[in-house]
Amino acid sequence: MFQKLPETADAVLVHVEGRAIRVPAGATAAAAALIAGLVSTRTSPATNEPRAPYCMMGVCFECLLVIDDEPSQQGCMVTVRPGMRINQQHGARQP
Amino acid sequence: MSGPFDLVVIGGGPAGMAAAVQARQLGLSVALIDEQPAPGGQIYRGVDRAEAQGRAAALGADYCHGLSLTQAFRASGATEFFSHQVWQVEPDGRVFVTDGKASQLIEGRRVLVAVGAMERPVAIPGWTIPGVMTVGAAQILHKTIGILPDQGVWIAGSGPLMLYYAAEVVAAGGRVAGILDTASHANLSTFRSHATGALRGWRYLAKGMGYLARLRLAGIRHVKGVEAVEAVGDSQLEGVRWRVGGQWSEAIATGLLLHEGVIPNTHMTSALGCSHDWNEAQRCFQPRTDEFGATDVEAIFVAGDCGGIGGARVAACRGRLAALGVAAALGRIDTSERDRLAKPVRAEYGEHDAVRGLLDALFAPRAELLSPADDVIVCRCEGVSAGRIREAVSLGCRGPNQMKAFTRCGMGPCQGRMCGPTVTGVLADALGVPPAEVGRFRIRPPLKPLSLGELASLADIERAG
Repeated sequence: MFQKLPETADAVLVHVEGRAIRVPAGATAAAAALIAGLVSTRTSPATNEPRAPYCMMGVCFECLLVIDDEPSQQGCMVTVRPGMRINQQHGARQP
Repeated sequence: MSGPFDLVVIGGGPAGMAAAVQARQLGLSVALIDEQPAPGGQIYRGVDRAEAQGRAAALGADYCHGLSLTQAFRASGATEFFSHQVWQVEPDGRVFVTDGKASQLIEGRRVLVAVGAMERPVAIPGWTIPGVMTVGAAQILHKTIGILPDQGVWIAGSGPLMLYYAAEVVAAGGRVAGILDTASHANLSTFRSHATGALRGWRYLAKGMGYLARLRLAGIRHVKGVEAVEAVGDSQLEGVRWRVGGQWSEAIATGLLLHEGVIPNTHMTSALGCSHDWNEAQRCFQPRTDEFGATDVEAIFVAGDCGGIGGARVAACRGRLAALGVAAALGRIDTSERDRLAKPVRAEYGEHDAVRGLLDALFAPRAELLSPADDVIVCRCEGVSAGRIREAVSLGCRGPNQMKAFTRCGMGPCQGRMCGPTVTGVLADALGVPPAEVGRFRIRPPLKPLSLGELASLADIERAG
């Protein structure tokens, strides 16, 4: 859906679903998931359907991700850090 | 604990920045809180960074205008709380924030809510399918990291932001498969009744014509008079369907970007118990304020698009007016000084606001958006369709808050932000009463979900206090 980004000098290495990828500094975790080509970022606990980032500005909560083992993080509100582990969230948060 | 500050501004967009600068010039102590790491809000999102990386100019002159605001704000001496989320505001001016790890309390003698707009939810068939996003979402990706749509991405909807984004993508070398324009031809007849506003707002209209010309020149397919749009796919977007003159067409799509205008983000003012009114021209609720942004809750002021849609330039004017209102309320200036300082701001406001009535009429949302068909999902979080809402009405449900008990609509993680406007619309339609009478969801704390650890960290504040 999005064009490949040219490599920038300030790129940050993150792990999306275990795969190492470089994303621009200042990107959010949700943006990193999109860059990595993740089709969906979570499955809805209510309907079990796959969902993906919709608003990218903190309103819709569709981009809930497991970030560094912390579930239910709003991916579009979290800026990437080097080594960040970004994973899909399946259903409700696990305890 | 921080403060007490004379003014705590929530939101670092044009309204919040302009208010902070004006308040500092009047000698007030100011704190500004924003959930993003840098000032700009959504309209000027990441503008300092984009400028530093040499990307700002390509995003347009309107975007670059934000640089003058961020620079003035940085030099104002306001205390900055970036990367902080507000999770509770008390009517007495106490603001509770978290940095994601621990909470803290920031006290204000007055609080200015300047949290901006959100895109109107575009509840169409298939809008929950991965691959469907808003135009605003795609624009944020462009502003912050320079990412552009690849082939097969369609844009559907109406309004200035949609055309602006499409033109911006084309200019930057991105791709747009086509634009499905849902603005009604009937709306064009409203041009005559807004002729004066159109004349005064000619710069805005010329800009709009410029976007259209650029899209035509680039050979972008622009389908006009689109009556309905549907996203097609199961676990991933596969295509888009649209109807013109009763005839359906379809195309393969890798992405679909939706936009049907913006509405005030009223979550915070609702939670605060401020009175809100239905704005019939803009088809949305907005907090009731005087011309300086004072609400009916004494310590709470409002500025910018969260108080009614006016756009970035109007938002900055309203931010300055609110700062004058706060200074007068705190007795730092008298009302004649306030009015003297307000005069040039009001003139500027008028210039930028002149075109609004015409824009509202031209890009009025179509009826099916406010009250969609039965099979369309209204509440994304809980998967509640318009049909289930109508069914609840037939069982005796009479309002949005009762609707929660009937259907769980509005009870998911977004707390009704995404479904609230549509729930009001469907109820108004089903009950045959105006939206103002239907009302809205009651909003309860916390404004954003927070962990028990973040909440517990407050105990230390209480002890220290």
